[in-house]
Amino acid sequence: MTQIIVEDLTKEFRVAERREGATGFLRRRSRFVHALQSVSFSLREGELLGLIGPNGAGKSTTIKILCGILEPTSGRCEVGGVVPWKERIRHVARIGAVFGQRTQLWWDLPVADSFVLLRDIYRVAPEDYRRNLDELVALLDLERLLTTPVRQLSLGQRMRCEIAASMLHGPRVLFLDEPTIGLDAVAKLAVRNFVRTLNRDRGVTVILTTHDMHDVEALAERVIVIGNGRILADGTLTALRRDVLGERRLRVQFAEDVSDLDVPGAKIRQRSGRSVELSFDPRETPAHGLIATIAARYDVEDVHVDEPPIDEVVAQFYARHALEAR
Amino acid sequence: MTAAIRPYVAVVRARFSVLLQYRAAAVAGFLTQCWWGGIKVMVLTAFFAASSSTPMTLPQAIDYVWLGQALFTMLPWSGDPDVARMVRTGDVAYERLRPLDTYAFWYSRAVARRTANPTLRAIPMLLTAGVLFRLIGWSAYALRAPSGVEAALLFAASIALVIGLSAAVSALMDTLTVATLSERGVTLLIGPLIIVFSGSLVPLPLFPDWSQPILRNQPFAGLMDTPFRIYSGHLAGRNALLALARQVVWIVALVMIGRALMARVMTRLQTQGG
Repeated sequence: MTQIIVEDLTKEFRVAERREGATGFLRRRSRFVHALQSVSFSLREGELLGLIGPNGAGKSTTIKILCGILEPTSGRCEVGGVVPWKERIRHVARIGAVFGQRTQLWWDLPVADSFVLLRDIYRVAPEDYRRNLDELVALLDLERLLTTPVRQLSLGQRMRCEIAASMLHGPRVLFLDEPTIGLDAVAKLAVRNFVRTLNRDRGVTVILTTHDMHDVEALAERVIVIGNGRILADGTLTALRRDVLGERRLRVQFAEDVSDLDVPGAKIRQRSGRSVELSFDPRETPAHGLIATIAARYDVEDVHVDEPPIDEVVAQFYARHALEAR
Repeated sequence: MTAAIRPYVAVVRARFSVLLQYRAAAVAGFLTQCWWGGIKVMVLTAFFAASSSTPMTLPQAIDYVWLGQALFTMLPWSGDPDVARMVRTGDVAYERLRPLDTYAFWYSRAVARRTANPTLRAIPMLLTAGVLFRLIGWSAYALRAPSGVEAALLFAASIALVIGLSAAVSALMDTLTVATLSERGVTLLIGPLIIVFSGSLVPLPLFPDWSQPILRNQPFAGLMDTPFRIYSGHLAGRNALLALARQVVWIVALVMIGRALMARVMTRLQTQGG
């Protein structure tokens, strides 16, 4: 069932400009910035969508409109049959959201006190609250954090609590705006595992924005790339990879000196001593044939086939669309 | 407690308990207020000694001063730094994410702010000015008991209205803070007005006669002047009831203005990208 519909969504901001110099304030002008231009997509219940793009691309604006915090300039948008900004109160009661760079927990209070306040704000029934809390505490390993004042938590601990805070009222849709920003490897894995469980086992619909492509690789079956306020790609990560940088990489460790190395169908990317990295197009040169050719001609110790790192794929995509941070 | 008001009550309670943690500030504030109260009492005593006819008696004026010192933090004389911080950091987005009427939400926060601090400070101040002063022989400068049972009851009602009015002014200031992105301008503009026109600086009855009708009908009189004059019997009977009615009218008016402004500001907030 379609849960989120976005059609022709457009958002303009008026930005005040000030000229340079001492009299600049006398000549104030403003210009319009198109944060979103005709963005359209839809999402089924239980889908997990990764929203990526450079800074200023329009990711957060999209999330904020979907959350009912911003009103678009034009276009249509429905989440579970509700227009977010028109019925804000009804809408926000049914969604959860985490903004990675902000905090919703009370700085001076123990985590549990913030949770109790959120319970009352969302009017959660006591038995539902108990059940949700127990589940979240188990999944996110919060047991020892609950009595700690928020200001004493590490960023990773705080983010786990923030995510729990957004799920206490049991929403069926979760918006995560850069939930892994600034986190260490362990905390990132904890967040990813939790989001995966929520999505796969509980069927919660998730929209996630991130700059960490490993988040997307680990979680999202579907990715939307957004740049300069427009959708540039919408599909699986595999398809994006194929379209942008479909090559594969073959690392070979030779047992002999290979300064005269020449392999048809592959290019030398890097070499250091007897270790060489080749790139090839798997559609023209299948990997097994390539390896056989090399092994027949040279003395090979080890081979390793890999795809280009996802960061490289995305960087190449951004470069192709001349995207940079605004 | 019905489901409708449960979140707002929870906000008041949580905020209240946080604010009660600032005990060191309360002690410092208490000492400052003793000092200021002492100066004001001395100035008023000298002033009353030199005047032949005065609009209120000296003991009434002294009651007015000590009550003002005790309940000083009920005055909405500065914007909420938390709101300013939320606006600067963008955490204000989370406020809009709550299934609450944002105005009522912030009004609740203001109610907590305008009751928690006075709770901490009023009791030591009242004990000092009302009991300690008598014990050490400063009865002439001490706070007296309410002028009667009726005065005490009306005073209690009026203080309840002070909380409502003060929270309405606070919520309006918070909304202006969002509009101007800083609480400083709001505090600079409104703070001094409130300190003068509530009677906190000089009791309002001591202002010139021609200004009395204006002072009586402006909103800030309901923040201090009204309950304090009721307490000492300076306002009684029909006049006291009329003064309470004026407090109610100003609460309604300021809530309406605050709500209208917030509706506008929240659409403007959107143009800044949250």
